[in-house]
Amino acid sequence: MFDNLSNRLQDIFGGLKSKGRLTEKDIDTAMREIRLALLEADVNFKVVKSFITSTKERCLTAEVMASLTPGQNVIKIVLDELTKLLGVTDSKLVLSSRIPNVIMLVGLQGSGKTTAAAKLAYRLKKEGHSPLLVACDVYRPAAADQLASLADDIGVKIYRGDGKNPVAIAEQSIREAIDSLRDVVIIDTAGRLHIDELMMEEAAAIKKATKPDQILMVLDAMTGQDVVNVASAFAEKVDFDGVIMSKMDGDARGGGALSIRAVTGKPIKFISAGEKPDALEPFYPDRMAKRILGMGDVISFIEKASAIAEEEVSEEEAKRFAKTEFTFDDFLASMKQIKKMGGLSGLLSSLPGGDKALASGQVDEHELDRIEAIIHSMSAEERRKPNVINGSRRERIAKGAGVEVYDVNQLIKRFSETKKMMKKYSADMGGGKKGKKRHGRGSKGLGGLNLPDGFGDLFK
Amino acid sequence: MSWFDRLSEGLSRTREQFSESMNVLFNRGPNLDQDFYDSLEEALIQGDMGAISASEIVEQLQETAKRKALPDAHSVLELLAETIADRFVEPEHDPFDTVPGVVLFVGINGAGKTTTVGKLAKAAVDAGHRVLIGSADTFRAAAIEQLDVWGERAGVEVVKRERGSDPASVCYDVIERAEEIGAELVLIDTSGRLHTSVDLMRELEKVVNVTRKRSKAPVSVVLVMDATTGQNGLSQAREFNRALQLDGVVITKLDGTAKGGIAVAVSREIGLPILRIGVGESIDDMRPFDALEYAHALIGEGGN
Ligand SMILES: Nc1nc2c(ncn2[C@@H]2O[C@H](COP(=O)(O)OP(=O)(O)OP(=O)(O)O)[C@@H](O)[C@H]2O)c(=O)[nH]1
Ligand SMILES: [Mg+2]
Repeated sequence: MFDNLSNRLQDIFGGLKSKGRLTEKDIDTAMREIRLALLEADVNFKVVKSFITSTKERCLTAEVMASLTPGQNVIKIVLDELTKLLGVTDSKLVLSSRIPNVIMLVGLQGSGKTTAAAKLAYRLKKEGHSPLLVACDVYRPAAADQLASLADDIGVKIYRGDGKNPVAIAEQSIREAIDSLRDVVIIDTAGRLHIDELMMEEAAAIKKATKPDQILMVLDAMTGQDVVNVASAFAEKVDFDGVIMSKMDGDARGGGALSIRAVTGKPIKFISAGEKPDALEPFYPDRMAKRILGMGDVISFIEKASAIAEEEVSEEEAKRFAKTEFTFDDFLASMKQIKKMGGLSGLLSSLPGGDKALASGQVDEHELDRIEAIIHSMSAEERRKPNVINGSRRERIAKGAGVEVYDVNQLIKRFSETKKMMKKYSADMGGGKKGKKRHGRGSKGLGGLNLPDGFGDLFK
Repeated sequence: MSWFDRLSEGLSRTREQFSESMNVLFNRGPNLDQDFYDSLEEALIQGDMGAISASEIVEQLQETAKRKALPDAHSVLELLAETIADRFVEPEHDPFDTVPGVVLFVGINGAGKTTTVGKLAKAAVDAGHRVLIGSADTFRAAAIEQLDVWGERAGVEVVKRERGSDPASVCYDVIERAEEIGAELVLIDTSGRLHTSVDLMRELEKVVNVTRKRSKAPVSVVLVMDATTGQNGLSQAREFNRALQLDGVVITKLDGTAKGGIAVAVSREIGLPILRIGVGESIDDMRPFDALEYAHALIGEGGN
């Protein structure tokens, strides 16, 4: 895995102070690193090539060359240019006044269309629409069953039609939508190869029959260099309006997004990051740029953390937080949240330099389990008032959790450090008097940017 | 032209004809200059071999070409194919054709696991083995129904439980059933998961451990990977291997235009053999893996 690009650029420019000034050769070296980072992120080779050429030009300006912090300047320019290339945020589903609206999904086999269709339907339903899901994959065994089951989970109507003709099914579904008063039709199509002429013609025929308001291409975030061939063919033969990047909950850098955008001009509309129906998120070009460069996605992560915390924090907890009575129960709750967000590796990999820590085995995922086990073998009183945990209690707890007394001591020590940090944090935040929303963010040790520090301590 | 077309064509053609398809490279003439080597490197990167491996290979190639005083681009390209082929690890045994045996198929969502189980079941039946399929994807909607269809197509019984049940228990059932009916080869489908999901990887560890414990026949674990996968494929292979000690990899969807270069990196860096390649959605679209053919197909349309 690549370590943090900014660190490496700092290394390259490190000798600057002794040298006094930057040469074009230094910039070349830096560009080589950036090129590697982009290629490692699966940005298409040709896109990388032209990107490097234009970025290099900007970096060679006096503003950078004479700067005392060229590393940062270069990073800033690269991020800027990448963000620009990725386009503007456009995660709205612009629905027209036509009823029903038609959204059609296309993509390669296994890219995640069916789950994306259900997620879209779920999102639209939450926005007050009444969508109709349409199963037009008549080829993959049980594909319609899969969509039916997902539709059932989210309480959305599905149209499967009869027969084996996807164009007819799509066409009939529009009538079905009108009859059953649905205002959006979401058509899930079979996965197809862009070089399969018959199948591409079929997609075009579905399009012709239903005149979709939007055609979205679903793209696996792990796709490599071929993405450009695939997207160009889809753009040419069916044309599409935007992209949903799937499987973004993994550790793929997702350079395909950049490549598609650069080659076809189509915007990324959503990223899909999880198997649950609500795992369809807006796309933010700036975050994506950082992710592609391997610089972590701190902001997204923090927001995710606060969303979960806000959902869960109760008034009582909020009050307790205001008094900074941080207990082992809170601690346990934090632990659960970390797990929800993809475990420690999820947490770390979304922080700058996190991949490196993971790769070098500094993170022990089982640590979370160990900590949980220890807390579970504490009594309710001990969890609330850790002060009562004396020597013999520690021994009992250790036995119960199947760990050494040393582990229990360590945990208690780290716990009190966290507590101190919480106190300080809460003081910084004005003693937690800022209303519920603020509490949500700050509660349980998942507050703002303090999170990495606090939790970093825990797993030393 | 798809990767697979190139492969099949490559098989029937002579070396000269094969070289013709390199016209982009040859348009530069037979000069073994820096441009030539640069475009080779480009071709490898565009084939998903990874930037670092690509430059490593080309450097090595350049040196050898000089040392051996290779006369022209033809010979260099042949050498390139060999160099790439050499990077693949050889399998110690073929888990799909060694009986008795149990094989678990793992991989990320949508990689092609279920389809691969179906194709391999059919191939094993054709080879005269008594086969049993197990459905340990108890999570994804309609996964069991999908595998059922493949079981029917291959003429093989599918052992299953209802959706939501414990996948490890299904594995237990399927081995029990295999012993009961004297099945020789057991193929078990598992649900797709991202290698970064700690909980799901732990669940899979349990599934594999239960199977290894319960089965008297040797158990293999095979990673299924989509040929369009980019550099993330390394991370996938590394994590699945770390958790499960894999025996090999099946690369699917080589009927597209992706060149499947990630297979080279996975084989070399993680030390995993490539066992089969998937070249379509039909039951017979599964092929043996041949390193040199694969290497030829990979560089077949390079430089465009
Ligand atoms: N073109 C082509 N498509 C393939 C190949 N192998 C599988 N597919 C298709 O890829 C899609 C996903 O295949 P599955 O077998 O369902 O994949 P899976 O790994 O079992 O998926 P999950 O269980 O959902 O994780 C299906 O549409 C298959 O038809 C192949 O070699 N070539
Ligand atoms: Mg499956």
